[in-house]
Amino acid sequence: MKRFFGFVKKEFLHIFRDFRTLIILFGIPASQILIFGFVISTDIENAGIAFLDLSKDEISTGISDRICSSGFFSRTADLAGYEEADRVMKSGRAKAVIIFPAGFGREFLSGRQTTISIIADGSEPNTATLITSYASAIISDFNREYTAPGMTAPLPVQPEVRMFYNPGLKSHYMFVPGVITLILILICALMTSITIAREKEFGTMEVLLVSPLKPSQIIIGKVMPYFFLSFINVIVILLLSWLVFDLPVRGSLALLLAETMLYIMMSLSLGILISTFTANMQQAIFISLIGLMLPTILLSGFIFPIENMPKIYDVLSSVLPPRYFIVIIKNLMIKGKSFSYVWKETLILTLMTIVFLGISIRNFKIRLE
Amino acid sequence: MKDIPVIYVRNLVKKFGSFTANDGLDFEVYEGEIFGFLGANGAGKTTALRILSGLSKPTSGIVRVAGFDAGNEAEQIKRNIGYMSQRFSLYEDLTVKENIMLFGGIYGLRKREITGKTADLLSRLSFEEYGDRLIASLPPGLKQKLAFSVAVLHDPKIVFLDEPTGGVDPLTRRQFWELIYESASRGITVFVTTHYMDEAEYCDRISIMSEGRIVALDTPENLKKQYNAVSIDEVFVKIARSPEKIV
Repeated sequence: MKRFFGFVKKEFLHIFRDFRTLIILFGIPASQILIFGFVISTDIENAGIAFLDLSKDEISTGISDRICSSGFFSRTADLAGYEEADRVMKSGRAKAVIIFPAGFGREFLSGRQTTISIIADGSEPNTATLITSYASAIISDFNREYTAPGMTAPLPVQPEVRMFYNPGLKSHYMFVPGVITLILILICALMTSITIAREKEFGTMEVLLVSPLKPSQIIIGKVMPYFFLSFINVIVILLLSWLVFDLPVRGSLALLLAETMLYIMMSLSLGILISTFTANMQQAIFISLIGLMLPTILLSGFIFPIENMPKIYDVLSSVLPPRYFIVIIKNLMIKGKSFSYVWKETLILTLMTIVFLGISIRNFKIRLE
Repeated sequence: MKDIPVIYVRNLVKKFGSFTANDGLDFEVYEGEIFGFLGANGAGKTTALRILSGLSKPTSGIVRVAGFDAGNEAEQIKRNIGYMSQRFSLYEDLTVKENIMLFGGIYGLRKREITGKTADLLSRLSFEEYGDRLIASLPPGLKQKLAFSVAVLHDPKIVFLDEPTGGVDPLTRRQFWELIYESASRGITVFVTTHYMDEAEYCDRISIMSEGRIVALDTPENLKKQYNAVSIDEVFVKIARSPEKIV
């Protein structure tokens, strides 16, 4: 055991002395989160907005003036009918259309509940969410002024929000699960395959194999630091997403961390597998980047929903472990579901880990023979 | 001393599919001996070396290293040998002391033992001021000597040197061989493969492999006499041309 810990310590020294390794380990996760954070938190200012006022009364113009004088929006078009809403958003002149139904002011003054429709361009989910929530806030301000304090009746004007083009705003919450999925497979598989390939390339692997260390101890000793550091990374990302982006873990945190460990182990096995058929670091980097990073970004459902992919890509992506982990983490983190919703994906990841390790051990033995 | 075999090989055969890499090797190496293992590339040297160092198993034959069987006691063999290869075997991004600590630990030495040996080793090589320097910053000659010293740090019965002086200048090679002699005088058996024929002359005995067989095995002097040659280089060339090789 003592031999083993000396060996693990050496592995940590390798990591902390190599600037590039440190960048990959800690720089990339932080920068990913910051980049996404920057994209997410853009404020709106003078967003183009179109009005379809079918009522044209004092109340409806009052509300639309209030919206336009807020500084967040500028009136770019006044529409004559519903059919123009699509055109004005497609042309990009308006990010949202606000519709006052016919007889809006009359209904309002007679004390009945009325509705304003806000239709936003969902193809830019972040902007769309911001626009609708800002507009809704302005409308509820208006409500408050027109109702007596302490009144409990329903507010007179109900904003009714609809999204065009991406009704569920799916990608909005995707980035944290996506970043975790990508970072883990990148760090674990890439770094493991590089670190083992490095020993081979420099000839130190031979020295280790001739030593009393068992091959399993060598491999476990090499991947263990990455297991720890990846786990720390996950915790940092979860904390950042909670503190900066207000995305708490809705489901069981313990289960999420356990699933994450499984995914880390799967990625480490994949890295070991890659290292068994690469002779040097260049090959390991190439295979990890082209073979893992790009498919993870493009095909795993991280950015492009799998439901929208042609069948062939759907089939291709089914061999990618990240695809299953994204489902798990989305369900546990965003939707707050329980294990019964993710057992299938968990089983697939477990099987993948076993298969990757099995092939690695076989390849390793062949090489030793 | 000279009559205790620490390596004992009888009829060693190693096959990879239909290819026979080692075809019936017979030899023994005695305690404290410097044994040169020569042969052209592809002659089967590396295969034999891997079997002797416990990395691979013989297809048939008896192979005993440091008293243990290479077929099923590879783990015990590994504890009793040291190894150094042509490709540099220390970690460049660790300091001299960290490397010593690492390999000492891997071979099961206690921390106090390692500290003592480190001081001893550094003073023997007049390396004291290099202890906390990264290996990467040392000149190649020093690295080579240090790698050898680390390979025998745990006082192995046998040390295997796989072309240890590749790419090193003649002066450093000379100094390196002084270290080898010194270890042999302490009773460590040295098993060395080399490309340099002048180096072969430094060995107590040498064997020359060709096409999976040992075609010559004796002291350098006897071989030179037998082949009527002035140097081992000439012996090597004569063997390479001899008609027996074709059989």
